[in-house]
Amino acid sequence: MGKREIPIRVLVAKPGLDGHDRGAKVVVRALRDAGMEVIYTGLHQSVDQVVATAIQEDVDVIGLSILNGVHIPISKKIIMKLKEKGVEDRLITVGGVIPTKEDEEELKRIGVHGVFPTSTPFDVIVDFIESNVHPR
Amino acid sequence: MELVEKMLSGNQLALARLITLLENRADDLPEIMRTVYPHTGNAYCLGVTGPPGAGKSTLVDELTSVMRQRGLTVGIVAVDPTSPFTGGALLGDRIRMQKHYLDDDVFIRSLATRGSYGGLSASAKCIVKALDAFGKDVIIVETVGVGQTELEIIEAVDTILVVMVPEAGDTIQTMKAGLMEIADIFAVNKADREGATQMAAELRAMLSGRQIPTYWEIPVIETEASNSIGIEELYAEIEHHREVLSETDQLSARRRKQREGELIEIVQRRIKEQIIARMKKEERFSSLVRKIADGEIDPYSASNEIFSDRALLQDCFQ
Repeated sequence: MGKREIPIRVLVAKPGLDGHDRGAKVVVRALRDAGMEVIYTGLHQSVDQVVATAIQEDVDVIGLSILNGVHIPISKKIIMKLKEKGVEDRLITVGGVIPTKEDEEELKRIGVHGVFPTSTPFDVIVDFIESNVHPR
Repeated sequence: MELVEKMLSGNQLALARLITLLENRADDLPEIMRTVYPHTGNAYCLGVTGPPGAGKSTLVDELTSVMRQRGLTVGIVAVDPTSPFTGGALLGDRIRMQKHYLDDDVFIRSLATRGSYGGLSASAKCIVKALDAFGKDVIIVETVGVGQTELEIIEAVDTILVVMVPEAGDTIQTMKAGLMEIADIFAVNKADREGATQMAAELRAMLSGRQIPTYWEIPVIETEASNSIGIEELYAEIEHHREVLSETDQLSARRRKQREGELIEIVQRRIKEQIIARMKKEERFSSLVRKIADGEIDPYSASNEIFSDRALLQDCFQ
C-alpha cells in the first residue's frame, strides 16, 4: 500500500472547451502510481459538473487541467461555486498551459493552492499534494 | 450523530463525508451504522457485474436515465480496482455517467477496492445502506470488472444483472460455475458486434438446461448501451424481477440471507482484528514466527500453541 494508511482522493477535471487530455491522463497515472485514488471525469466538464463531482466524491484535492487560456476565469468560477456550496477545505491545483509568472500569481491570489505549468516534474506535484493534504 | 442527522435531512455534503468515514472504516463506524440502520430497507438495490470493458458503466448510465424518467431517485456506487502494489487507483466509471452529473436526484460515488478481492470494497455494503437511508429509491452497485468468481455482489443486492459481450466465449464458458450462475438477468451488450446473437443463444441454451426449479425465468437481453438500444426492454425485466421477488417472498428471503451474511462478516472481522492485534503484542508471536522460519516448528502446531493459550483468548474478548 501507499505511504498513507488512507489514500488521498484526487479529482482530475478538464473544465471547458479543451480537447486535449493527454497531459491530464499522464498526471492521473502518476498520482495513481503514487498511491492516490484518482477520479478522472473526461473532457468538457462544466463548472457545475466539476463542483458536483468534487462534492459527491468527497475528494481531498481538486486538480484542474487547463490548456486553452481560460485558466484564470474558470478557476475563479469553480472556486466561487465551491464556496457557494460550502466547500472551502479542499486543496485546489491547476496544471497545464500557464504562460506567465503573473498568471501563476493571479491564480494563487484567487485561491488556487498549487500551480503546475507544463513540464512540471511529477515528483513536484506528488510532493505538493502529499504535504498539503491533511486529515479533514 | 450530527453528521448522520444532516445526511438524513438531505444534505449531500454530509452524505459524501459520511461515505468517506465508512470507506475509511473510521472508529465510529459502528455508531454511524447504528443510527443509519433504522432508516434503511426502503431502497431497491440492483447489482451490475461482468467482465472489464463490457459496458457496465454505460449501461448503468442508460438505466439511470430510464429510472429518472419514471421519477425514481438513484444512488450509484461504482467500484474500480486498487493497485496491489501502490495502493493507488484510477476511478473512471464516472466518465460514462456524465448525463446525470447535474441531476440532484442522482448521487454517484466511486470506490476503490482497497484490498478486497470479491468485486466490491469492504465498505460497499455500508455505503449502500447510507444511500438507502438518504432516501434513494434505487441503488445501483457496479462491481469492478470481474472474472468468474468475484461474486460478493450476491450478498449486497436484490437483483443481479450480468453484462456479457459477444466475445465472452463458447458453450463451455457459459456452462461454467460462478458468474454464469448468479445472474437474474443477462445483458449481451455491444450487440451490434459479430457473435452477439450467437452469445445470446448460447446463454439461452445454457439457461434452458437448468435443473434447479425456479420461480423466475432468467431473461437474456441484447443491448447496445452506447446507442441506447435495448435499454427499455432491459429495464422492463428488472422491474419484472422486482415484482416477482416481492410476490414470491423471495425478496425477504434474499434480504434475510444478506443480513445473515452481513452479521457473520462483521463478527468474523472483529474476531480476526482482535485476535491478530492481541497476538502481535505477544513476545511469543515473533519467536513462533522465527521458529517456523528456522524449520523448528510448522505453522499449524504454532497456531495450536496460540489457540491453547486461554489467557490470551480471554484477553481478546474482554
